[in-house]
Amino acid sequence: MIRVTADPFDPGLNANRFQAESEGAGAMVTFTGIVRSTPDRPITALVLECYPALAEHELAEMRDRAIVRFGLIDAAITHRHGRLLPGDTIMQVITLAPHRRAAFEGAAFLMDYLKTDAPFWKQEETENGLEWVAAKSEDDAARGRWS
Amino acid sequence: MKVLYFAWLRERLNRASDEIDPPAEVKTLADLVHWLRARDEALDIAMANPALFKLSRDARIVSPDTPIAGAREIAILPPMTGG
Repeated sequence: MIRVTADPFDPGLNANRFQAESEGAGAMVTFTGIVRSTPDRPITALVLECYPALAEHELAEMRDRAIVRFGLIDAAITHRHGRLLPGDTIMQVITLAPHRRAAFEGAAFLMDYLKTDAPFWKQEETENGLEWVAAKSEDDAARGRWS
Repeated sequence: MKVLYFAWLRERLNRASDEIDPPAEVKTLADLVHWLRARDEALDIAMANPALFKLSRDARIVSPDTPIAGAREIAILPPMTGG
């Protein structure tokens, strides 16, 4: 399941449905990304821009690559765009595999690729206005470990 | 053909897209970026390091040497910050 949406979603419900629809899995890993505001860097919102047609295609390709590479039974990615508030769910990755190692590694692989190769751009909204989040070199390095 | 700009690139240019009709000698995406930069100083400055940007043709990420013939929608994509 690949979903790019401006609407909120329930990651728990997502995971339970995905698990119920699968057969033969012995392990499921879910990762949920959450909008964070901290005392040293308080934000009022996170605004995500997206290129939906490309995002759906790229996420589906990443999912297919993860399934083949780690022998997953299935994988799902849900990613929001638009204006999100602290505590809101940004995105979720779910992997289903026969055993835990593949499920964990598949989820880590998908997360690392999502950071650098999915066409989303974050802006932090603070009381001073909006500021684009800079791409991080450690995200490139994390993605690089899979190639 | 349409060219889309995203995120801070869109902001720097003050527009999300351009409708363009490049000349015949503009054959690849790399040629197109070169041609677009030559006619727009703001884009030229914003793309001072062109290697930072990914390019897409009809909503598929492709390499700069991809031909543009027949393309409907090209996009110039600044470094992505999803996840």
